[in-house]
Amino acid sequence: MQRLVVGAGYGLKDWLAQRITGVVMAVFTLIMFAAALGGAMASREAWQAFMANGFIRFLSFLFIVSLCYHAWVGVRDIWMDYLNSAALRLFLHVMTLLALVGYAGWAIQIIWRL
Amino acid sequence: MTNANRTVQFKIYRYDPDQDAKPYMQDITVELESTDRKLLDAMVKLKAQDDSISFRRSCREGVCGSDAMNINGKNGLACLTAMDSFPVGKPIVLRPLPGLPVIRDLIVDMTQFFKQYNSIKPYLINNDPPPERERLQSPEDRDELNGLYECILCACCSTSCPSFWWNPDKFVGPAGLLAAYRFIADTRDQATNERLDNLEDPYRLFRCHTIMNCVDVCPKGLNPTKAIGKIKEMMVRRAI
Repeated sequence: MQRLVVGAGYGLKDWLAQRITGVVMAVFTLIMFAAALGGAMASREAWQAFMANGFIRFLSFLFIVSLCYHAWVGVRDIWMDYLNSAALRLFLHVMTLLALVGYAGWAIQIIWRL
Repeated sequence: MTNANRTVQFKIYRYDPDQDAKPYMQDITVELESTDRKLLDAMVKLKAQDDSISFRRSCREGVCGSDAMNINGKNGLACLTAMDSFPVGKPIVLRPLPGLPVIRDLIVDMTQFFKQYNSIKPYLINNDPPPERERLQSPEDRDELNGLYECILCACCSTSCPSFWWNPDKFVGPAGLLAAYRFIADTRDQATNERLDNLEDPYRLFRCHTIMNCVDVCPKGLNPTKAIGKIKEMMVRRAI
């Protein structure tokens, strides 16, 4: 007989992190809009100079890490909502994590190369 | 009287596992009198016309929660739903509460729902010796329970919640979580930490994605989403 087990004793940190990363992304988006209005995207040179700024690099790194963490909680929730097989869930959780970590490194490399 | 002796069409979900291979929708027409003001009145007429139609009902005034069903696609209590509220000329579609096993017609098996309700220990836990008369609260502390204690466990909310549809065995559901917060918010209860521990689980509490179907359908006008938010808020306060 398969017994139903619940009581993993976690969940709050991910829920909270999803909210906080959401705020980080919203703030970054507003900064990018403001920068665009201020002419930072007017030419390739202006864009390169803007992205070379240390503070913007710091923020863009935070944004990408936030995006990936946010996506991790969201995608994990979808697997948990709809998939009943624990083996399949574990497989997809691992795949999602690996993909997101890979994407984070790749995205930062692209943005910092500008 | 807008309802005076009018004919109303119904489309009713029928399923008798002993006789039917699968469920089907039955068209029935019923003649209503001006005194038949609520949907339950009309259903009692229907039952008189065809006594094989099965549904639960008891108090007929929104207190017992027996006659919860899916009315034109939205969960509600038949006894609180006015016949006036339906568009004229269109059949009224009645189905059992979604997501629970059907026993017969509009009657569902609520075992899973009550299992989740029981899992939150829906009773006061206080290990102090009981006082001679009663455990008193200040009026302000008592006010904390408003909007929580009124739940009649009709299951309209939990059975309108997709998270409860997909994981009824693991997600406590809006009704259970509202009841959980009713005891967490009670100053006479001494098991707050254990109650929060019991809920800190990615399935039991955190399957709630705040879509608020529960708030939309609650026939008592309660707000389980707000109660769930308060549980999360208490967990955050406890953790940081």
